[in-house]
Amino acid sequence: MAELLEAHVLDYPGGYTRSVGPVIGRFLSGLRDGRIEAVRLADGRVLVPPTEYDPTTSAEVAPDGPHWIEVGPRGTVQTFTWVAEPRAAKHTLTKPFAFALIRPDGADTALLHMVDCSGPDAMRVGMRVAPRWRAERTGHVTDIEAWIPLGDGEEPEAAPLRVPAEDEQPVTTITTVTRLEYTLTPGQATARYLAGLGEGRIIGARAPSSQDVYAASRGTDPITGDATTIEVEVQDSGVITTFCVVNIPGLSELAPEIPYVSAQILLDGANNTFFGLIRGISVDDVHMGQRVKAKWADELKPDHTSILWWEPTGEPDEDYARYKDYL
Amino acid sequence: MRDVAVVSFSQSAVARDATHNEVEMLVPTVHSAIAESGIPKADIGFVCSGSLDYLQGGPFAFVSGLDAVGAWPPIRESHVEMDAAWALYEAWVAIQTGEVDSALVYGFGKSSPGDLHEIMTLQTDPYYVVPLWPSMVDLAALQARSYMEESGRDEKDLAQVAARAQQNGRQNPQAVRAGDVSAEQLLAQPVTHDPLRDADIAPITDGTAAVVIAAGDLARSVCERPAWIRGIEHRIEAHSLGVRDLTQSESTRAAAIAAGANSGEIQVAELHAQFSHEVLMLAEAIGLKATPVGRTAGLQPGDECGSGARRRSGLPHLVGRGAARRGPRSLRSVPAAEHGVRLGGELRWPATESQLSGSARRITVRRARTCRSRDWCARRRSRRSTTRV
Repeated sequence: MAELLEAHVLDYPGGYTRSVGPVIGRFLSGLRDGRIEAVRLADGRVLVPPTEYDPTTSAEVAPDGPHWIEVGPRGTVQTFTWVAEPRAAKHTLTKPFAFALIRPDGADTALLHMVDCSGPDAMRVGMRVAPRWRAERTGHVTDIEAWIPLGDGEEPEAAPLRVPAEDEQPVTTITTVTRLEYTLTPGQATARYLAGLGEGRIIGARAPSSQDVYAASRGTDPITGDATTIEVEVQDSGVITTFCVVNIPGLSELAPEIPYVSAQILLDGANNTFFGLIRGISVDDVHMGQRVKAKWADELKPDHTSILWWEPTGEPDEDYARYKDYL
Repeated sequence: MRDVAVVSFSQSAVARDATHNEVEMLVPTVHSAIAESGIPKADIGFVCSGSLDYLQGGPFAFVSGLDAVGAWPPIRESHVEMDAAWALYEAWVAIQTGEVDSALVYGFGKSSPGDLHEIMTLQTDPYYVVPLWPSMVDLAALQARSYMEESGRDEKDLAQVAARAQQNGRQNPQAVRAGDVSAEQLLAQPVTHDPLRDADIAPITDGTAAVVIAAGDLARSVCERPAWIRGIEHRIEAHSLGVRDLTQSESTRAAAIAAGANSGEIQVAELHAQFSHEVLMLAEAIGLKATPVGRTAGLQPGDECGSGARRRSGLPHLVGRGAARRGPRSLRSVPAAEHGVRLGGELRWPATESQLSGSARRITVRRARTCRSRDWCARRRSRRSTTRV
């Protein structure tokens, strides 16, 4: 059996947007203005980047007040590691760089950031660095493009001037790219099922300890936990147990037009329900107990696109008793 | 407090598994743990699991794990989005409440489909850290350097830890890395995540582990040598990377003391460490005199969420089933460890949620086992025999 691999992407198109709250928001607003702001805690320690709470006592840190001070822009590297191969679409620097914990002057804690320098040999604990600010700043930790080595007596570069919009507000949200890519392997049972779809068949399975057949088994009888080692072919026809009318566009490539119907179908020969789209009938005429049959694609593949949709057979409806245990 | 013991343990191979899905990986592990426990499945009072949905890349991915248990009619069940070591903690608490007398705990981690080191970044601070995308190895490397700067340890010390793990792995059929390598040979390999080399970093693997735990009399009735859990503790440090002292693990130290690590000699210890420097840091925090080595030596599993339970369970397995069957050599490199195995007895598990590695892997488990004196254990054995007679 050919190896079945599926590329799976976990993505939030446009990035994942979070509310930052007033404390982090003030820090990020400061970055937008080219300033690194910190808070002085009750015990005198200066915390950067600020959090809404004192990390030692959990006391609240107010978003305003004289405890807010500016630190840096010079800083000292506390520890570092070298990133020889930046990750595309994740790291904002495209050439090798260092991750470092950097303690800005005037602060008692360090922040994580990037150092842009000639190579790992140019990095050392205790080295002096200063921010290289972006010209276009939006209120994000990457408003500092990177930190760069600062020679003895050298003055840090000031942040490039930015003309704020007239109605500019404090930063309240950030958007972060959160894309993860996977290569999924289906496992033995699912692989058998997928291979069946490629042959125009729906493969189910059952455990030796039970007569219950599961279409598209993941490998076990979920009632007993026993492995479903016995392969059983089920019919490509069945009865609609329940359904919903979908009015949201773009959810399924197999249903280009709304409204359409998504249904749970109890297949003949199976003891579990199977998900499918219902077409070939007005959505108003779809009902529980209706007999349906799979509409197979002309080109069969070992994936879910082989079944385009399900359509009524015209047979009489099933009695409620037939499917009441599968609702 | 009720006495609670581990009465059975099972684990899968520690390797990348492209053949089975998560449920298929769990079936033999879960069923074996139940069968070996001697407690009928229907009598097990509670089921708790640990896993990480991000490994599968789908919400509520953990629910499918129950298909390996069989959850109908509905069972009493819970899940932690953490290493299964914390599922064991929850199960232990459930038994302490008196509501149940036994529990099945399982963990599964199929780390190979995605980019584990990148996925774990999502467990860090979403405002200040995630947008920069440091990998869990990057963060571990930051801590490794901090630790080395402060402690005076150097890359040779790290290489010795890695070399020793591989040497010990030769006696462990499940070791991912095993071989007669020297620290010098490892030092000759390139630094990949400065100051770490690949040999310092756990390989990415898939795996599952399961245990059954039971309260006092039930444990004694089904298991000849239950491995008693005498201490269990969970501590956490500040979330912000730059706030914590990365040169040591205060949470581990505090948890070890609270779990009783100071109340008797520790004869064998299993550490859940995915990086060489973590082994040293944990040993120092717990107060172990020598670098600890246990049955999982050489495993270095990278199956997030299964490996903690695996380490946690390796010890009771030794205690309960006897290392002799597995060959006394498995622990020969640490005579004290072998000693501990023969004695059976006591487990003490400090657990810390410490982000110790400085890594995105927020959940790190440390455990150490102490065994009381030979006389004490002998008395216990004789008392049990008397009762049975």
